[in-house]
Amino acid sequence: MLRAIYDWVDERLDITPIWRDVADHEVPEHVNPAHHFSAFIYCFGGLTFFVVLIQILSGMFLAMYYVPDIINANESVKYLQDEVAMGAIVRGMHHWGASVAIVMLFLHTMRVFFTGSYKNPRELNWVVGVLIFFVMLGLGLTGYLLPWDNKAYFATKVTIEIVNSVPFIGEYIGLLLQGGDIVGAQTIARFFAIHVFFLPAALLGLLGAHFIIIRRQGISGPL
Amino acid sequence: MSHKHDGKMEQVHYVGDSRVRAKKDKFRTPDYAEFPGNNEAFLPDFLLKEWMVGAVFLVAFMTLVMAHVPAIGEVADPTNSSFLPVPDWYFLFLYQILKYKWASGDFNLVGLLLPGFAFGALLLAPWLDRSNERRVLKRPIASSIMILSLISIIYLTWAAEAEHIEQLESAPPEAPETTDVVAVEDEGYKLYSESACITCHGENLEGKNGPSLLGVGNYRTAEEIDRYIVEGKNGMPAGMFQGTPEQREVLVEWLLKQQQK
Repeated sequence: MLRAIYDWVDERLDITPIWRDVADHEVPEHVNPAHHFSAFIYCFGGLTFFVVLIQILSGMFLAMYYVPDIINANESVKYLQDEVAMGAIVRGMHHWGASVAIVMLFLHTMRVFFTGSYKNPRELNWVVGVLIFFVMLGLGLTGYLLPWDNKAYFATKVTIEIVNSVPFIGEYIGLLLQGGDIVGAQTIARFFAIHVFFLPAALLGLLGAHFIIIRRQGISGPL
Repeated sequence: MSHKHDGKMEQVHYVGDSRVRAKKDKFRTPDYAEFPGNNEAFLPDFLLKEWMVGAVFLVAFMTLVMAHVPAIGEVADPTNSSFLPVPDWYFLFLYQILKYKWASGDFNLVGLLLPGFAFGALLLAPWLDRSNERRVLKRPIASSIMILSLISIIYLTWAAEAEHIEQLESAPPEAPETTDVVAVEDEGYKLYSESACITCHGENLEGKNGPSLLGVGNYRTAEEIDRYIVEGKNGMPAGMFQGTPEQREVLVEWLLKQQQK
């Protein structure tokens, strides 16, 4: 049955080469921890992607309960953490996943740097990777405000003050983030939109580029 | 799917590379046959082993999640003036730079440009380090700049965290409801009121220039109080109490009795 459906689609769309392209690429010995234990340093990139998947999934479930306004935000986080079945686990995954993602991304960046893998011809993929790092930091920054407790509020106030102090463009970016004269109702709505729409869209686009480039160029050779 | 003249269907094969420019020699995907050793296919051979790395990671991650429930504070109160702002830990190093005198106030630009240049250099690393050498020791400039940056980041994060903990500890806890001084007739209160203590901490321990000492016996030990009296703390200079060590002991004992709730 499944085979028949697959054949029916494949006959029309020729999908076999698409997944065979992913499946058949060879993994060289020097990055395979089954052959050399020290090759575990090549796992950090994949683990970062794994954490990103955890973040996307847990975030989608959090969005079912979270209310992005100044009256209900804090209450809704408390509710989903204390009352909702598995809520503490899902919020815990998203909370700790944010830190673990930064750690894994950092380790991956260091692996690529210290193995010199960013050099010709892989310059472009390095740039895309650093942009992914910036987007992830942006996700951490915007997500920090969303529980709307004192820690979140005052950290964001300081952040926007720092942004405002950037010469020439700082005040405009600050206003764009804050959305008004004070850190308040507009700010939480904007941070929420940036956190769940703008930055994830940018992240998915960059990740797609990152993976297409690595498939076209292959992983860098042994040192 | 396309139809031939005889009406039979034939499978179409899209040419995957048709959108890529024809000169492919310039841009050659490395052939893994060139690498010596045991290559294996990504799916299923490699992934069937690799999922174990993911499983070990997931177990560790879920252990962390279940052992530490994330904190949620009270609803944000913009009028709260005593709250100490602190960013998430991975921003602490950026936050700490802006606290130094040479990178804040009039020199704010230094605190912004320094990390700005560092991240800019990270983005442009392939064009700043153009040699063909890949090994760490064969490109000492790039490696040492990165190692120095790492050490700075670790130091700044640690310094920010240490400073924050210190500030949290020195912030007085919530004021107790009862404000009566315990054992006013005590020898300790006499020593307290005759020395410089009373000018800053107040006649009824309510605090003036210095913090209130009401309830100090609840959260400080005798050793701590003694050390603060001798060495000073934050705004309080050392040696403000001029009495003998025996008198200081009496004073500390009396302060420990201040356990107002």
